[in-house]
Amino acid sequence: MTDRPDYQLSQLRVLEAEAIHIMREVVAEFERPVLLFSGGKDSIVMLKLAEKAFHPARIPFPVMHVDTGHNFEEVLAFRDYRVEQLHLQIIVASVQEAIDNGSVSQPPDGTRNRIQTPVLLEALDKHRFTAIFGGARRDEDKARAKERVFSFRDEFGQWDPKNQRPELWNLFNARIHLGESIRVFPLSNWTELDIWQYIKEEEIELPSIYYAHNREVFDRNGMLYAVHEVCRPKPHESVSVQRVRYRTVGDASLTAAVLSDADTVDKVIDEVATTRITERGATRGDDKFSEASMEDRKREGYF
Amino acid sequence: MDILRFATAGSVDDGKSTLIGRLLYDTKTVFEDQIDAVTRVSKERGDEHVNLALLTDGLRAEREQGITIDVAYRYFATPRRKFIIADTPGHIQYTRNMVTGASTADLALVLVDARKGIVEQSRRHAFLASLLQVPHLVLCVNKMDLVDYSEEVFEAIKAEFTTFASKLRIPDLTILPVSALAGDNVVTRSANMPWYEGPSLLHHLENVHVASDRNLIDVRFPVQYVIRPQSDAWHDYRGYAGQVAGGTLKKGDEVMVLPSGFTSKILAVETADGEVDEAYPPMSVTVRLEDDIDVSRGDMICRPQNRPMVAQDLNAMICWMDESAQLKVGGKYAIKHTTRSARTIVKELSYRLDVNTLHRDEDAKALGLNDIGRVRLRTTVPLMCDDYSRNRSTGGFILIDEATNRTVAAGMITEAS
Repeated sequence: MTDRPDYQLSQLRVLEAEAIHIMREVVAEFERPVLLFSGGKDSIVMLKLAEKAFHPARIPFPVMHVDTGHNFEEVLAFRDYRVEQLHLQIIVASVQEAIDNGSVSQPPDGTRNRIQTPVLLEALDKHRFTAIFGGARRDEDKARAKERVFSFRDEFGQWDPKNQRPELWNLFNARIHLGESIRVFPLSNWTELDIWQYIKEEEIELPSIYYAHNREVFDRNGMLYAVHEVCRPKPHESVSVQRVRYRTVGDASLTAAVLSDADTVDKVIDEVATTRITERGATRGDDKFSEASMEDRKREGYF
Repeated sequence: MDILRFATAGSVDDGKSTLIGRLLYDTKTVFEDQIDAVTRVSKERGDEHVNLALLTDGLRAEREQGITIDVAYRYFATPRRKFIIADTPGHIQYTRNMVTGASTADLALVLVDARKGIVEQSRRHAFLASLLQVPHLVLCVNKMDLVDYSEEVFEAIKAEFTTFASKLRIPDLTILPVSALAGDNVVTRSANMPWYEGPSLLHHLENVHVASDRNLIDVRFPVQYVIRPQSDAWHDYRGYAGQVAGGTLKKGDEVMVLPSGFTSKILAVETADGEVDEAYPPMSVTVRLEDDIDVSRGDMICRPQNRPMVAQDLNAMICWMDESAQLKVGGKYAIKHTTRSARTIVKELSYRLDVNTLHRDEDAKALGLNDIGRVRLRTTVPLMCDDYSRNRSTGGFILIDEATNRTVAAGMITEAS
């Protein structure tokens, strides 16, 4: 990535500089930041930016994973590999544990998306985290498009879209009262394509499931789900081996694969540049329930 | 590929959503599932056409009320550029939202309806763009199809707006005739207006020169964070991290740290990827100095012969953004300017500005929501600042209510002492 003569930066370098500025601002102004790290590609990029922001010092905050228990093995293994490599402290907030001790109950359909939120909020509370880095991007969803970089949450962790603090220049208001917190989104202005181009330029390692591979899948409501211990085909759903990759990685019972031959980062970039379906639309069962499902979940405290 | 950030402003009926929808659609940024969702919802609501505004209005209340509440950020890219649109609603909270969107914009895009010509709101939007020192302004005269693509209509609007704009500080003004609905002059030049010889809107957005808008003369490096690794390998390392706000910095440069006034030389300018030859805005870098002097967050690194003002008394234009309180003389607030936080008191309210007529009301006693006025402030500690017209990063600040923690105002320094 060479910078052009007339003091011009490429779009990736501008986005990188912005994200690093945001991260340093948080560490300078908050006592207890934490970064949500799932092993998914956006959080991997965010962790890379954190590494850069504080180099040569270590990343000065722990990471946290809200573990639904519905994981893709490769992703969990990658999470642990990065945590060890960077000497990070990791806090795992387990949805399974919360179900076992009765603090949340699993909905009849077996999905855990909605019950992640109370588990996340309880963990934030327990560790008294005041600033929480998330890898959400504004191009993902209409509700996200209106969210601030420093997104204020009240003592219940709730987002109030009509009562957001104006955000001007690169000046962020970090003031909160006891019990309140700020969700911080350093990747706000990145698109899916920016993420992939950055992964290429920075040669960032990813879990293998982001690249094309053969997998046993079945079709449900027009989406391809992997056969998984938490996601079994019903009798009428026929299983076949397909060449697929994952565009997003989340709860295994809700995240679908896409048919793809893109087994290298260049091929993925070509695919992302020409796709006609949004990232979440192609892969997330959880966003299909209503036009405003993301907004509703965010109001409750979700990312 | 570089980035162009632009803010759009317009009212409900002037076709702003259609224009943005058109830009997104024609650059293949709108996806099939989004179109499907919008088509379905439009049908359910009984809308006659597919309502492209639904692409951008995502909040429940917006859909219910058919209005846009907040600044929405949109993204699209062409092979030349990545674009970030700050889409600001024209009616509710217009000033607050437009000021927010314009604060980071390289370009402001204002729409007028060719049938109605320049209205009060067009003037207001142009004024706010100039107040926030957005370097480039584009006026789109929309709905040209409804005036038979008339050159006379366009020329009359152009003349009226140019006269008005000459009273404002607008370094670069471009006026285009378009039809967002029909696609004339949006992405490609239109055959319906052979008399128009300028570029299409997208062509202009792709080519407008923004690199020279940054201040590359005055070295300004607000220290954001001090990096001191607690490890044996980097035992004596002390790096000053921050984002360059002006000028260029390189190894060997003589620098001064304010407010202390200590001088030193740059030992290295680096990032995690190694040393860089030269740092310039908006790079985030780490600067190391030859001498072990006391430097901390909120300090400013500059050149000994080119320093910002170091001031506790500031004159500033204020845009008040809070509905639950007013700005009054004697009011005390937290102020955030570059990486420095302090407290401030309002010493004087010189006038409130009527954004429609530009009339100055010198008898004003307060500034309420969406009001703009000129104030004199005194801060608890000196701020290292420049005139906003010289540097948007070192000239802008926000005020925060110390009780509620709400961001209540945006300020632009006009002079300091």
